Amino acid sequence: MAWYIFRRFLQMIPVFFGATFMVYFLVFSLPGDPIQALFGDRAVSPAVAAQLREQYNLDEPFLVQYFLYLKNLVTFNLGNDFSGRPVAEVLAQVFPVTIRLAVLALVFEAVFGIIFGVIAGLRKGKFFDGTILVASLVVIAIPIFVLGFVLQFLVGVKLGWAKPTVGAEAGWSDLLLPAMVLGLVSLAYVIRLTRTSIIENMNADYVRTATAKGLSRPRVVVVHILRNSMIPVVTFLGADLGALMGGAIVTEGIFNVPGVGQRLYQSVLRGEGPTIVSIVSVLILVYILANLAVDVLYAWLDPRIRYA
Amino acid sequence: MRFARTSKLVGLAAMAALVLSACGGGGGTGGGDGADASAVITANSTEPQNPLVPTNTNEVGGGRVVDLIFEGLISYDASGAPVNEVAESIETTDSQNYTITLKPDQTFTNGDPVTASSFVDAWNYGAAAENAQLSQYFFESIAGYEEVSAEDSKENEMSGLKVVDDRTFTVKLAQPESDWPLRLGYTAFSPLPEVAFEDMESFGENPVGNGPYMLAGEGAWQHDVQIELVPNPDYQGTRTPQNEGITFKFYSGFEAAYQDLLANNLDLLDTIPPSSLKNFKTDLGEGRYLEKPYAGNQTITIPTYLDEWSGEAGELRRKAISLAINRPEITEVIFSGGRQPATEFTAPVIDGYSEEIEGNEVLEFNPEKARELWAQADEIDPWGDKVFTISYNSDGGHKEWIDAVANSIKNELGIEAQGKPYATFAEVREVATSKTLEGALRTGWQADYPSLYNFLGPLFGTGAGSNDGDYSSKEFDSKLREGLSAASPEEGFSAFNEAQEILLQDLPAVPLWYQVRQVGWSESVDNVDTAWNGVPVYHEITRK
Repeated sequence: MAWYIFRRFLQMIPVFFGATFMVYFLVFSLPGDPIQALFGDRAVSPAVAAQLREQYNLDEPFLVQYFLYLKNLVTFNLGNDFSGRPVAEVLAQVFPVTIRLAVLALVFEAVFGIIFGVIAGLRKGKFFDGTILVASLVVIAIPIFVLGFVLQFLVGVKLGWAKPTVGAEAGWSDLLLPAMVLGLVSLAYVIRLTRTSIIENMNADYVRTATAKGLSRPRVVVVHILRNSMIPVVTFLGADLGALMGGAIVTEGIFNVPGVGQRLYQSVLRGEGPTIVSIVSVLILVYILANLAVDVLYAWLDPRIRYA
Repeated sequence: MRFARTSKLVGLAAMAALVLSACGGGGGTGGGDGADASAVITANSTEPQNPLVPTNTNEVGGGRVVDLIFEGLISYDASGAPVNEVAESIETTDSQNYTITLKPDQTFTNGDPVTASSFVDAWNYGAAAENAQLSQYFFESIAGYEEVSAEDSKENEMSGLKVVDDRTFTVKLAQPESDWPLRLGYTAFSPLPEVAFEDMESFGENPVGNGPYMLAGEGAWQHDVQIELVPNPDYQGTRTPQNEGITFKFYSGFEAAYQDLLANNLDLLDTIPPSSLKNFKTDLGEGRYLEKPYAGNQTITIPTYLDEWSGEAGELRRKAISLAINRPEITEVIFSGGRQPATEFTAPVIDGYSEEIEGNEVLEFNPEKARELWAQADEIDPWGDKVFTISYNSDGGHKEWIDAVANSIKNELGIEAQGKPYATFAEVREVATSKTLEGALRTGWQADYPSLYNFLGPLFGTGAGSNDGDYSSKEFDSKLREGLSAASPEEGFSAFNEAQEILLQDLPAVPLWYQVRQVGWSESVDNVDTAWNGVPVYHEITRK
């Protein structure tokens, strides 16, 4: 197992460099001149523009720019954004917020998704199952920004249960509503995955054996059916953590969450290469680590799966 | 009943969620109440894009903060008229040599005195190429600017600035400019304390100014979140704060801020988002909003460097385009009446504005005349089946009106016309400044200082910095010079308006409408107004 994890870490290196290279290339190929945009539609002073280009290495060819970035990366210097703030500081500020948001969303979708999925699966064809199926279909069909705006207006403005936007602290309770919106679509998928999986496993031989042994129904459901039904759900949730963090742009925009998505969006608009690449690189790391965690979880859920 | 326990669990979890979210809500209202009691006003803004150095701040997010924490020689009152602040007098006899005297006993919030060198050093810093300041061009009129602003120049003192004593300095301009004193209220001309020059970058994080407000201590600027300002206790100018501070909360879009405004979670929103323009009056109710024109306009520039838009045919075509745009209808339908059709190139709130400039009938809607002129142009140089495009940045909320203008042109002239969106502002600016436009360009101008010249010189002067259409006219340039060398701003007005007659003939840009600012506020604040430039008059806002 240790060897397996070590090998997976080794695999991360080429993935990481390949991804940063591609992102850097994409940013480099973005049309538009970021320095020009700094001046707005006001007069561009050539001397000032030249000075700024030199400062951000924008006057160098692509490969030189990329290697300068890598060189700085090795010394843990991520460079500065256009306002002169160290990118490392930006990352340290936005990631905790988005991690909180994504974890809340993940917990929300995992807990409610599995609970609803199990009940729907066990009561296949009954009223509860039907309602859940229709409701999840509706959620999947509606774009997330519609859900976001509607919930923001209902809960935040009309009912006044929560602030419509997330304030300065972006604490756990502030993020509850945005996290629900963010996790809602995935919640629908988790319910459906769990339900299908449960229904499949309910008719399996080992379930009949367990029941015949005289085990109580709750024990059969939780230990035998549920554990074996979790593999597809865990795969989905693991991949979803990365997707939630990267995909929070819309939700963060609606609720004004000062997180990764917002910052990434601003940086793309302003053409800030180093900031974009740094943010995306960390997202890639999160994605890779989440996938690794999922693979390790497989072995725990199903001891028949062995890694070497 | 076998699964009773599971069902109970679900119920518990659901209840827990409700309780949790109720807690969040409770906390929120509690915070709001606290703000009420302390009379600190919360207002929307955006993260400043640069350290808060006056000469390096050229966008609204930083601009409004810099304007409140620094005080220049003059400020503008709500109508745009200049009021002496740090300056006791600004004197000139020839519009080229100015003697500026400061009021005694002015200080920065760190106790340092505001002296003549506070201004001279700050201006020299802003102009010197080695400092790469974004507002460098504001100093271009001062003698010696050419030398210090040249690429790789090591020179960093303009010859036109001379300190006479602590309270007096003289300014020599490269040529006479009657409206130059009017510019001095722009933030780029703010003074800087000595401590700034030691480390400008860290100064920009925690700036020390002499304005009506100051930062509420170290770290008052929480990046990407908010910036907290409190009144400057030693402030002596005319903009005395009527509240106990202003907290600018940063929003990435106006929609989220609007929801906060509805929930009384934000006191002041300086722009109603386009999606709510139709219903904000009923949403907010009487006495909670304001709709007021300001010194900005919207135009489309038609580059004269393109063959089909040059010469006599080009001139006829530009006129035909202008006559084919139904401005009253578009402002009514798209902006719900929130814009005022343009009759010239500046804005009505500017001193010297006239709606009777000769030739302004070309800005009226006259489809017959438009078709007639277009046909005349076609006789000289056939248009064929080319497409008339208007390039714009799609991240700025322009799509609806661009489409409406294109449709108006298409319907009246019978040619193919459409908008040409670029994803970002950076992209469309690059096309514009590299002079590679293939059709018209969305342009607009917000005055830096309240003067007719500011709408004309930087945009249409030969070789000027924001002259996107590459327009050049000797007569226009000389009228501008005439206006600038007039003995007083008032005498310059007629020359500037004569210059506009030439523009109305040539139409290097087609004026569309003047900008109107819609501002909304919460139930708990009062005395909200906007100034000549559309910026709320923050210091006058009071808590009910």
